[in-house]
Amino acid sequence: MTTTVKAHKPSFKVQRFLSNNGALVGLVVLCVVLFIATPDFLTGQNILNIGIQVSTVAVLAFGMTFVIVAGGIDLSVGSVAALSSMAGGFLFTSSGVPGWLALVGGLLIGLIAGAVNGLASAYGKLPSFIATLAMLSVARGLTLVISGGRPIATSPEVSFLGSNIGAIPVPIMVLVVAAGIAWFILNRTVLGRSMFAVGGNSEAARLSGLPVKRIVVTVFALSGLFAALAGLLLAGRLDSAQPQAAVGYELDAIAAVVIGGASLSGGVGRISGTFVGALVLVVIRNGLNLLNVTSFWQQVVIGLVIALAVGFDVLRRKSRRS
Amino acid sequence: MIETPLITLEGVSKTFGTVQVITDVTVDVRAGKVQVLLGENGAGKSTLIKMMSGVYQPDGGRILVDGIAVSLPNAHAAEKLGIATIHQELNLVESLSIAENVMMGRIPTRFGMVDRKALRSKARDALGRIGLDIDVDTLVGDLGIARQQLVEIAKALSIDARILILDEPTAALTRHETDNLFRVVAELRARGVGMLFISHHLDEIAEIGDTVVVLRDGHFVAEVSASTPQAELVGMMVGRSIDEQYPRRSSPVDTSTAVLKVTGLSAKGRFQDIGFTVHAGEVLGIAGLVGAGRTEVIRAIAGVDTYDSGTISVRGQVLKKGSVGAAIAAEIGHVPEDRKGLGLVLDASVNDNLGYATLASSARMGLPDFSGQRSRAGVIAETLRIRMLNIDQPVRLLSGGNQQKVVFGRWILAQSTVLLLDEPTRGVDVGAKVEIYELINSIAAAGGAVIVVSSELPEVLGISDRIIVMRDGRIAGEVSVSEATQDTIMTLATSDSNRSSQTDED
Repeated sequence: MTTTVKAHKPSFKVQRFLSNNGALVGLVVLCVVLFIATPDFLTGQNILNIGIQVSTVAVLAFGMTFVIVAGGIDLSVGSVAALSSMAGGFLFTSSGVPGWLALVGGLLIGLIAGAVNGLASAYGKLPSFIATLAMLSVARGLTLVISGGRPIATSPEVSFLGSNIGAIPVPIMVLVVAAGIAWFILNRTVLGRSMFAVGGNSEAARLSGLPVKRIVVTVFALSGLFAALAGLLLAGRLDSAQPQAAVGYELDAIAAVVIGGASLSGGVGRISGTFVGALVLVVIRNGLNLLNVTSFWQQVVIGLVIALAVGFDVLRRKSRRS
Repeated sequence: MIETPLITLEGVSKTFGTVQVITDVTVDVRAGKVQVLLGENGAGKSTLIKMMSGVYQPDGGRILVDGIAVSLPNAHAAEKLGIATIHQELNLVESLSIAENVMMGRIPTRFGMVDRKALRSKARDALGRIGLDIDVDTLVGDLGIARQQLVEIAKALSIDARILILDEPTAALTRHETDNLFRVVAELRARGVGMLFISHHLDEIAEIGDTVVVLRDGHFVAEVSASTPQAELVGMMVGRSIDEQYPRRSSPVDTSTAVLKVTGLSAKGRFQDIGFTVHAGEVLGIAGLVGAGRTEVIRAIAGVDTYDSGTISVRGQVLKKGSVGAAIAAEIGHVPEDRKGLGLVLDASVNDNLGYATLASSARMGLPDFSGQRSRAGVIAETLRIRMLNIDQPVRLLSGGNQQKVVFGRWILAQSTVLLLDEPTRGVDVGAKVEIYELINSIAAAGGAVIVVSSELPEVLGISDRIIVMRDGRIAGEVSVSEATQDTIMTLATSDSNRSSQTDED
């Protein structure tokens, strides 16, 4: 009897895997199409390029995954990324702080900005959309204030984040480590499991004794921390902190999370999904570049991809529920 | 003098999946009559209503409107035939005015713009027809629930509804508001509107109804006059004696051991001067009308809401106010009244939902005890006979009774010994109800203390050792279960006569 059950299982499993990982299927199809369309796609250099580009988006999006799973939204990640890298640069160049400490300082600034978002949302009762919209403006403004609108050189430690070890770019290594940490937090810690409960039904979570407010603050602080890391990656690549860095990146991060199958109403989301979502965005841009499609049209295509991805997801969930 | 009923459900049946929820039921609604639909939760009342209003289609039998067989494929078709339903959750937009709500979808226009004058006068007419005199520019959100209900009725009538289905309209109303509603119902009856009325308050039946159709487990039991004695109606509804429905436990109450002690608990606008003690092995029932403050007291004890003054102590230890965590640490478990809104994370698994209260306490260094939780949850699911595919199934897909068992299971897993149960069997089918009563008994038998808030008087009478009755945020009286009857409780819950004489404490 067990053998007959087993005989059915693989195909069922494959089917379920595909249905649960629509974004991954899409990514594979995309890669195959690009491989056929242009010989430049599947070259070592291009793959590393994609890796470097995806590192920033994905790291931002990992933090965003926490927030979205917990039922919020964080519009400030792009500005916080810029502020953190600028603060790091400022600490190094103007305050004479050691380079490694400047890097830690940058991360800390992101953490604090995120925690402020969380406090405003949990204790100040502001909707997270509004709280982080305010932070988007505040953090960008502070970035401009600190820098006087000019780029600031980064410490060697930050520049190291943009370098290579052997043939492997450091951003890709950072990405892998960040993904591992994010996955661990979301799936293996009390905090991570609580995020799902808070996002799924925050009142039920509260009545079950979960410290909902503390969880919300922590979630936003984590998002700020990941945003800071993304900002430092970006600054490392350019060897300077740019006042206009990462403008609009919050939208890429949200798109990556959503393409990855998370629900904007909270309670659903995966780090692997978010990673695939970020890859989809970056691979499309990369492929369209290789095919000499203008950046104007790229925006149109990306918009359609987001709509399609989420549309399919809604349909899939509907069919499963009934 | 037989006239054709406005609508007849003739021998209808309905099956969901493998469960037959309605079997060969016949109900009609006649012009100028109030037909009462009576049955326990899960007897099939709401399914029947949904057939009448086009939400569900019967698998067998026919629907006749004015004697002609019709099909009602959707709510719109029912509306067109003059069938309107006033649901418990009202269908109004709170941020719009009364006039806009009443005329929703039919807003009069002039030259493409809203004709405010016509809008107001038409809405005023509609309100006038049920004798409601309020400024039609008032926002619906500013009205109380009773008036909102009347607005909804006015709206239904203004689209020429001849058949009005009232689904537990009095559940959220005060006595005074109920009287007001009944006046409107009487007027409508005089004007020839046919009504189908659902209520859990047995005493309302004789007051407002003409005939009663009794349902049990999806079957038609009888159609009788509304003046039939309540005991007889209950007998038909339950189909067995109360003794069987409420399994009693034999273990005695240990009155020397106070487990939960509440003294002088007050919170402005919610409840005043609440004091009582629950002993080891005791089930305390809290009766009272909706809005009497029962849920608020329970929430305060559970640490969900804070309060102004008074103390709550568990086994002699004073409880920190407004902290769910402190309550859980004191072995308090809280099954809230709205299990979907407050009790469960619907998209999370049975396993996760069972484990939320113990997630942090069973963790080591911030890492949950996944395998231990799984095995404990498995044991609980088996003991409580939670019917599910597997423990990773989202609770959304479980039936109401099984969902409720998950909320219970969470506290059993947390080894709670003080259980606060707010309407624990609402929307739970008869079989699961008895299982929940047995669960309550076993917790009490193990020396725990249980508080049950319930609006179903037979339930309070059936499972409690002692009953306190609340009215207007105060304790109106206490009765031991041996001398309590539905009448004594309802008298305490509604009368204003002894308001002056209840300043003394007990």
